[in-house]
Amino acid sequence: MGAQKKGATRFSEDPEELARVPLQAILLADSFTTKFRPITLDRPKVLLPLVNVPMINYTLAWLESAGVEEVIVFCCAHSKQVINYLESSEWFSHPNFSVTTIESHNSISAGDALRLIYERNVIQGDFVLISGDTVSNMSLTQVLKEHKERKKKDSNAIMTMIIKRSKSSPIIHQSRLGTDELFMAIDPNTKQLLYYEDKADYSKGAICLDKLLLADNPTISLHNDKQDCYIDICSPEVLSLFTDNFDYQHLRRHFVKGLLVDDIMGYKVFTHEIHSNYAARIDNFRSYDSISKDIIQRWTYPFVPDVKFFGNSATKLERQGMYRASDIVQSRSAEIGSFTVIGNGTRIGNNAKISNSVVGEGCTIGSNVSIEGSYIWDNVIIEDGCKLMHSIVCDGVVIKSGAVLEPGVVLSFKVIIGQQFVVPPYSKVSLFQQPTKQDSDEELEYADNSSGIVENSSMADTVDKSNGQFTSELLDEECGPTYELGTGGVGYIWSICEGSHEEEWRHSIAPIPADKLAEAMQTTDDDLELLTQDGSVLPPSGELKPDSNYSDDNEDPRDVSIYFEKEVEATFLRAVHENIKEDHVILEVNSLRLSYNKLFTDCAGAIFYSLMKLALETPHSSPSELCNSTMDVITKWKKLLKSYLTDIDEQIEVIQKFEEICLESAKEFSPLFSKILFHLYDKDLIQEDAILKWDDEKKYADEADKVFVKQSEKFIQWLREAPEEDDDEEDEEE
Amino acid sequence: DSGAVPHTSSSGGDSEGKSKSADKSSRSRKLKHDVIEALNELIQDITTCHELIAEQAVEHIHQNEVILTLGSSRTVLEFLCAAKMKKRSFRVFVAEGAPRYQGHLLAKDLVTRGLQTTLITDSAVFAMISRVNMVIVGAHAVMANGGVIAPVGLNMVALAAQRHAVPFVVLAGSHKLCPLYPHNPEVLLNELRSPSELLDFGEFSDCMDFGTGTASPLLHVVNPTFDYVPPKLVSLFITDTGGHNPSYVYRLIADYYSAYDLVVQRRPPTAS
Repeated sequence: MGAQKKGATRFSEDPEELARVPLQAILLADSFTTKFRPITLDRPKVLLPLVNVPMINYTLAWLESAGVEEVIVFCCAHSKQVINYLESSEWFSHPNFSVTTIESHNSISAGDALRLIYERNVIQGDFVLISGDTVSNMSLTQVLKEHKERKKKDSNAIMTMIIKRSKSSPIIHQSRLGTDELFMAIDPNTKQLLYYEDKADYSKGAICLDKLLLADNPTISLHNDKQDCYIDICSPEVLSLFTDNFDYQHLRRHFVKGLLVDDIMGYKVFTHEIHSNYAARIDNFRSYDSISKDIIQRWTYPFVPDVKFFGNSATKLERQGMYRASDIVQSRSAEIGSFTVIGNGTRIGNNAKISNSVVGEGCTIGSNVSIEGSYIWDNVIIEDGCKLMHSIVCDGVVIKSGAVLEPGVVLSFKVIIGQQFVVPPYSKVSLFQQPTKQDSDEELEYADNSSGIVENSSMADTVDKSNGQFTSELLDEECGPTYELGTGGVGYIWSICEGSHEEEWRHSIAPIPADKLAEAMQTTDDDLELLTQDGSVLPPSGELKPDSNYSDDNEDPRDVSIYFEKEVEATFLRAVHENIKEDHVILEVNSLRLSYNKLFTDCAGAIFYSLMKLALETPHSSPSELCNSTMDVITKWKKLLKSYLTDIDEQIEVIQKFEEICLESAKEFSPLFSKILFHLYDKDLIQEDAILKWDDEKKYADEADKVFVKQSEKFIQWLREAPEEDDDEEDEEE
Repeated sequence: DSGAVPHTSSSGGDSEGKSKSADKSSRSRKLKHDVIEALNELIQDITTCHELIAEQAVEHIHQNEVILTLGSSRTVLEFLCAAKMKKRSFRVFVAEGAPRYQGHLLAKDLVTRGLQTTLITDSAVFAMISRVNMVIVGAHAVMANGGVIAPVGLNMVALAAQRHAVPFVVLAGSHKLCPLYPHNPEVLLNELRSPSELLDFGEFSDCMDFGTGTASPLLHVVNPTFDYVPPKLVSLFITDTGGHNPSYVYRLIADYYSAYDLVVQRRPPTAS
């Protein structure tokens, strides 16, 4: 096998020369969701027509044009139908493009599918992983080259995701394909995917990123305007990873998120953005609608209705985006509007108005019918006077005269709508009863397949017996709740189950009604108001104001210091006024220190400040008087101050505090600085070493800081030169 | 050889059948041979048409002329370079040919070959045409009435040329000749390509959000690839067989197409 060859000769030759592995693709023909019920009870999703061509043809045609040589189609739901279709189509007979199918009956997710494929051991090299409902026209050469080069340099780069820029609606937080807003963090230099969130919680109003992301990557760009195309270029390690982790079911929610969180193995996911090419996946009814309209607008050129690619018959393009097949019978008074596709063999009656719709082959549309924004598949009979707005009508449906289909209605195969009946909006009508068991959203498409088929055949028998006359007797025969679909109607209306009310209008093909939009806008406005009122949350502009933050942080300790100093001052003043003993004051200040969690230096500073303030407050008329009163105060409270000035650091703190006082709070002290400093020295409160150390520290300070140093220069000089004894003459500056 | 073997078998009827099949196989072999030969001739024609057309360049381009072209055509490139080789000095105005901007590539090629080039936008053609002596363009196809299917924008250039009495010369190899007339409903005069050549999808994705609003697309982007230039606007066709008037083109069809092939029937749609 190719893989073995590569391993053997890795060191001698370039492995690519030796084993030229054909480019393979895995096509999952089962989306493992139930978004398209009730239609998918009957037919697999990949065979549903998208602009009159089964979806799988778009995917296969694109793979073929992109240079893929082998496609492995994995079928699970309605696998027989898919295999029969592929065998009878032209795909199996194509020379350079081989399509093989793998069938399974008990897979419930993409993870199971990949595990099965791994067991079959058919994948030899890098492969393209795609779902059968993807429409694209991109070229794979660039992204394949990038992937291979990355893989050579870093063997942990196992997957490259294709993404496309597509803005999502800010009001309802939904992309144009009906999926939730997608948040991705990508490193712009290496294109590595760092964060992926598709089910963001809007009630919190914020998403959380791990700050370790910034540790490894210097730049991250966070996007909410990217759409995941669900086209992946994978290395074979992806398959073995799925096998190792049995709980990986969903490709994105489990696999990608699991890889991003796991730092043991260190696997990396990269992204590739496409700009002028198109890629999208049909996820729900709204995607069906958007992508159909994109195809009609020719964004997916060359996979458009008037160009023949595999599996379609070319329909001629006329003015204003209208595609009409050649042999339709159209009344002269019928108005076919713009952006409409009419298939072969359709008959359109008088005064019919069709706009923005897709009509399939062999349909009969009566007179005075109005069809707007709807998707009508093959062999549908619409009688006179009907009105269809934004609905999907499947094969073989009969809509009797005068019926009205409100926006969002889905009519499944062979349903009959009775005369004059108004189908309520967003309802799904099917011949099958609604399954009563409501599982999680990972329910199988074919869960009720077996039971469904039985019902269908019994229905068919009764139809044959009564010779095509549908009466309400049929409805009475079925058990369970039945909704009449008017006289002559056949089918069940599925009720909206709890919990998916929102999904109805979000994922429906009808445009979102104006009142829901207004509601959504109202809620976003309310949210914004809430955010701005609450000061602790970031402002809507998202810009942090650094100053306010900084001051916020600093204010707290500053607050505490101020309180502490105030308390100390109050204690001191009380001591002064009430003549409390110094020991008691010391005790009180100590307890304050403990309660405010301060150091001795802080106490010293606070007390000194209080002393100075007291001195300042005693009435004085001249600086010399102030000086004298200060000295008296210091002398009086010497003991108190000394008890806190045991250490040099504390003394330096006092000197610095004094400087601060002189500069800011009590400017009268500035000329007296050196005198008071000397006085402090004289009284043994501040030692020589402290003063000298303070001087040394100030050597490298700015001029503004050195003011007091200069003032005390002489004193300091004398300190340095004088002998060790303390009894020395005062050498004061007058 | 293979005919001799069946004669040795027993039944006469058998050998007769086998000789018929031998006949058929030799006939089919001859047919195959003829078809392959004709195809090789056609391939040869296509590859040499550039040289034959370029040989006539020196007769049409004179000294100190100004030539205008739009987009990029290999025939035009060879034509202009051949004139340059013969020591004619002239200048070329190249219109860029939005939205594919092939004119940029042509301008680069011309400069590497040493020609004085001026690059202008399509919208500037009418402004510059008064300074131009001749317009030389390539074609995608030539219709039986002498009309030209050419890259989009050339109808505008042809009209501007007519207004200022500038000769509009079309270079086309004889393989580009088409036996159909443009009024024929089978003829698709145009091909509308993807709008992504004009608009960035990501930027305009909010205009194309069909979930909100009226759900009918308000923005329709049309990107036609070709223009039809009527024969009265064309002054001269230069083909590998020489220069021709547009009204003479229908006579050339007889050289390349059989009368039985002139009416192209549409195949009835096969049920696939």
